[in-house]
Amino acid sequence: MRNLTNVPKGTDKSVDAATQAIEIGLGGVGKHKKHESAEKHVSGEALYIDDKPELQGQLHAAVGQSTHAHANIKSLDLSAVKAAEGVIAVITVEDVPGHTDIGPVFPGDPVLAIGKVEYVGQPIFAVAATSHDLARKAVTLAKIDYEPLEAVLTVKQALEQQSFVRPPFTMQRGESDAAIEKAKHQLSGEITIGGQEHFYLEGQVSSAEPTEDGGMVVYSSSQHPSEVQKLVAEVLAIPLNLVVVDTRRMGGGFGGKETQAAPWACLAALLANKTKRPVKFKLSRMDDMIMTGKRHPFENNYTVGFNDKGVIEGINITVNGNCGYSPDLSDAIVDRAMFHSDNAYYLNEAKVTGNRCRLNTVSHTAFRGFGGPQGVMTIEMVMDDIARHLGKDPLTIRKANLYGKNERNITHYYQTVEHNKLPELMDSLEQSSDYQARRKSINDFNKQSPILKKGLALTPVKFGISFTVQHLNQAGALVHIYTDGTIHLNHGGTEMGQGLFTKVAQIVAEEFQVNVDTVGVSATRTDKVPNTSPTAASSGTDLNGKAAQAAAITIKKRLINFACEHYFIDESGVVFDNNQVILSMNDKVMHTFSFAEFVQQAYMNRVSLSATGYYKTPKIHFDRSTGKGRPFFYYSTGASVSEVLIDTLTGEYKVLRADILHDVGHSLNPAIDRGQIEGAFIQGMGWLTTEELMWNDQGRLLSNNPATYKIPAISDTPEDFRVDLVPDDPNREQTIYNSKAVGEPPFMLAISVWSALKDAIASVADYKLSPKLDTPATPERVLWAVESMKAHNKTDKTA
Amino acid sequence: MANGALQFLLNDEIVTLDNFDPNLTVLQYLRNIENKTGTKEGCASGDCGACTVVVAELSNTSTDLAYKSINSCITFLGAMHGKQLITVEHLKPASQLDSNEKLHSVQQNMVDHHASQCGFCTPGFVMSSFALHKNKQNPDREEVLEALAGNLCRCTGYRSIIDAAIDQTNDCGNDSFAQNYQQTVDKLSVLNQLPAVQIQSTNKSYFAPKSSQELSTYLLAHPNATLVAGGTDLALSVTQHLSSINELVYLGEVEELNAITVDDEFIHIGSAVPYHKFTHLLEKEYSDLGDMIERIGSMQIRNNGTLGGNIGNASPIGDMPPALISLGCTMELQCGDKTRTVLVEDYFVDYKKTILAPSEFIKSISIPRANKPKAEAALKVYKISKRIDDDISAVLASFYIELTNNQVTAIRIAFGGMAAIPKRALATEQVLLNNAFTKENIDRAQQALTQDYQPMSDVRASDAYRMRVAQNLLEKCFIELTQSSASSTPHQLIETRVINHA
Repeated sequence: MRNLTNVPKGTDKSVDAATQAIEIGLGGVGKHKKHESAEKHVSGEALYIDDKPELQGQLHAAVGQSTHAHANIKSLDLSAVKAAEGVIAVITVEDVPGHTDIGPVFPGDPVLAIGKVEYVGQPIFAVAATSHDLARKAVTLAKIDYEPLEAVLTVKQALEQQSFVRPPFTMQRGESDAAIEKAKHQLSGEITIGGQEHFYLEGQVSSAEPTEDGGMVVYSSSQHPSEVQKLVAEVLAIPLNLVVVDTRRMGGGFGGKETQAAPWACLAALLANKTKRPVKFKLSRMDDMIMTGKRHPFENNYTVGFNDKGVIEGINITVNGNCGYSPDLSDAIVDRAMFHSDNAYYLNEAKVTGNRCRLNTVSHTAFRGFGGPQGVMTIEMVMDDIARHLGKDPLTIRKANLYGKNERNITHYYQTVEHNKLPELMDSLEQSSDYQARRKSINDFNKQSPILKKGLALTPVKFGISFTVQHLNQAGALVHIYTDGTIHLNHGGTEMGQGLFTKVAQIVAEEFQVNVDTVGVSATRTDKVPNTSPTAASSGTDLNGKAAQAAAITIKKRLINFACEHYFIDESGVVFDNNQVILSMNDKVMHTFSFAEFVQQAYMNRVSLSATGYYKTPKIHFDRSTGKGRPFFYYSTGASVSEVLIDTLTGEYKVLRADILHDVGHSLNPAIDRGQIEGAFIQGMGWLTTEELMWNDQGRLLSNNPATYKIPAISDTPEDFRVDLVPDDPNREQTIYNSKAVGEPPFMLAISVWSALKDAIASVADYKLSPKLDTPATPERVLWAVESMKAHNKTDKTA
Repeated sequence: MANGALQFLLNDEIVTLDNFDPNLTVLQYLRNIENKTGTKEGCASGDCGACTVVVAELSNTSTDLAYKSINSCITFLGAMHGKQLITVEHLKPASQLDSNEKLHSVQQNMVDHHASQCGFCTPGFVMSSFALHKNKQNPDREEVLEALAGNLCRCTGYRSIIDAAIDQTNDCGNDSFAQNYQQTVDKLSVLNQLPAVQIQSTNKSYFAPKSSQELSTYLLAHPNATLVAGGTDLALSVTQHLSSINELVYLGEVEELNAITVDDEFIHIGSAVPYHKFTHLLEKEYSDLGDMIERIGSMQIRNNGTLGGNIGNASPIGDMPPALISLGCTMELQCGDKTRTVLVEDYFVDYKKTILAPSEFIKSISIPRANKPKAEAALKVYKISKRIDDDISAVLASFYIELTNNQVTAIRIAFGGMAAIPKRALATEQVLLNNAFTKENIDRAQQALTQDYQPMSDVRASDAYRMRVAQNLLEKCFIELTQSSASSTPHQLIETRVINHA
């Protein structure tokens, strides 16, 4: 018999309470555990795909891109490309052995252009060359003759021409038109909401290596390895079991690598298949910005009827999403904008319509919030507009319209809002942020400051948790325990910085009551856990945490059964505690083994130490034909207060202070949750302020590099930034340790920055008008909004 | 080793390269040749800081080391000659004997403050923080923000990163670099005695002259050579536009071009002196100018970027030219052994066109000092951009105004971003010159601006915004100048700048 590894022995000493308190201690659900890769991040040792050592014969890919927004390809001359230095292979769609369409949900995304191009930047052909730069240089040498076609480049054009990627959809409750007409006050308005470039610091990258049996191993920076696996198999016309996709970590994803990591993996695999050599495809930053989809720009409008208290009696909202040229995920994204057109408010009689506009731009895609933020923006504009109309503080109007506890608690899609804590949460934040006193002092400041003006706003967030596509709400995990007592963990979720691997490791360690560093996390791989859902919709921990827990419980039960049979004790006499397994009979400790020792005994007695786990979210359903159901397992909520300072001569501004109170249920890891909240807030602030996407009238993206597209930098973070989690308040739904999802919801907390900017602008006309402020609210847009207030003051005086 | 080889320290190992492609960036060298992949490529354009490395170089006295963060993605390898290149891998010393490797304190603080999420930007932040702490013990929040403004993070929202960098347990005083300090000084001193680096391969050449004599002689023979100082703009032509520079001349080692001299009337700044070496001098003379320079690019950019480069590339949106024009600065140009002195204002001809002749180069820029007691003189500079940190101006306004008894006795107004070149507002000046400095005249001057400029719309701003903001800045300048001369008490002072609001 082979020897088992030497492992520490159990100790009879009682658990040292001090030891337990130390951060490295047990399991650690609820503790401030550091990110599993923190040391590797700071030392530069964490490997991203582009960091992997190059293989013998390694090639690098690049693609030739369309220079037209819409055109037929009349001729394609690639002779100069093929002859260019370092070029080994050139492929067009003719060279694709299998499927040529890689649309993730609906068809519409050719892997390489098929006879025509539908946006500037669309890949037409692909090259494999001996270096990254040689590949990039080669693709510029193609001679392409286009026959330009009419391009749809604005939402307005798309609506006029009924140019949609998917049919329009309406959710309706009651008779909104009549209710609006009957109400004492009516208002209407419209808003243009800009999109957002993901700007993950690690750009899109994939690396494909052919295998001996005609298959492919693909390393992909992807939030959805299973989809990459499927699409690579389909374009190569090989079965799924010949493709393995491996994702250890991404340098940021934010939704941008949910569907849109796949094209680069497919192209790398096609070139690897053609050359039988490993091929890496890394997009340069500018190519990434030009060729990958962004957060959907929206153009929304509303008509509302309300009473003297500002309470909505009826409302019609139309959201028009700019989906780009293909469906991608846009159907579900515009749906989510519609689901969140209420944000935290009871809409009464309501009709919400969503149009999925088809434009000749890159296909817009998932981005943190997935359409939700664009829906929330519209109703938050309504709140501000009602407040100015009635001459009240917008906070008063927001509170008056919140969902009730037992009445006024059914959404426009007929889900009951349960366990609603927002009224208390907002009250608590109003107090802790000193809202009312600051409101007064800001009024005083604005009276004596002619150039600089301050603004203040408190906005809530209610965000539905679950994929609205029901079948995606499932997850699998795989747990092994080895004979030295170390644990191997794998699950379908991917790590993009959000701390998923850390949290799931904590959950498994908690189950066995061992140190969290006993649990080794591993790359997400399609050959370990199959048929997984994307890591998206904030659901990574909810789904994979439960699946991993299920796997751990299966093994734990086997260990308990073994202990009972082997030592003739009851289940109640088996306790996992402090890296030990303690066996008792009649409350008397019989044996104390180290976890590893006990695992070795189990192994020697032929107990299986490996298990899979599976989870599917309960309770959810939605019938799209009636627009009714319960699409969300539960809601995540939070609120924020922002104070801003604007310059009425230049439109420049600064966020002076932000206070956040957010509900994460029973936090699995408060440090990670706080990081998610802060990061989401700043990212949302960027979306609403400095991040401006601009296309020219030919459909070419002008803001195509970080010199022209400005995400928040370090001094944009407010100096006074107070973030609190709602004191431990477990989720009433049976989520993993009663925690709540945290990835997306806090993104929308940044809407308080936009509302505060409008508050500052409104001060110019003594709060009598509601400024129109499209986003991003660049200094330029702020200045124009200020000027419109000043113009009103002038007409007021002359009148 | 051939004469003229490139030599530098990679951490504490001497690297000697007899031949290299002058277009090779430090980042490409590290990742593709040295297989040091801890340093990341985020944008390859100097905008994100993921590629930040630290360079230690001998200070003027040759006994001290100066540490500076730079963007390795837009620094050509040749610029490393005679310097120590430090990457993230070197901070955690790989000791073979000590299995208990410890992180550097700036790294450990990032871990302890949960300051990494996806981790891709993290090595860059670590290196910027390391450089900061090498230069400053216990930096305050402002210093941290200034040092890290060139590093983008998309995950954390920065609060944790700020906390990590400001933590007082950051300590560079006893790290491996401090322990090896004297050895590093000695090694670099030897390297700095080497002759000028000169590489000639079949189709590319690289030359790093050490004197303006060497430079001018070389340029007479090679009139098509491309000059590079900091390279923060030029390198983009290689990394973004895929062009290849065949004849590259590096100015960073030319003694005369790296000199600063100060006399009673002028500060003379060599064209290849990076911003970080002269910012404090100008800040003392003109506080607005100092504030504005701190918003040019980022710390990494200002550690490499030069005044000569900012003028030389003749961009309509360079930040320094409008300020220099409004101060009436001159520049010295040299061709062969002939020199000429011209106004900065006269240097620009048209979009990206200048009066610089073939084989001619910018030697230095002379900035008048602010010691003019006879008149009430002021320089007001305003930079308008979408983002405060590390952004290119939509509009850069610079007003130099002398007032005598509330009469405008001298005035020079120049704008960037308003025309194809950095340009004076002569019609506007004419309205104000020799007239009373009043709101009425400012109103007239605002109208005159439309005669001076017809700005264009682009990704940074619309034509209408540029014009309106230019007009409004004139008003802002008026408010600031008139209230500073009035005897108003502090609490009556009108606040005019978002950035300065405390």
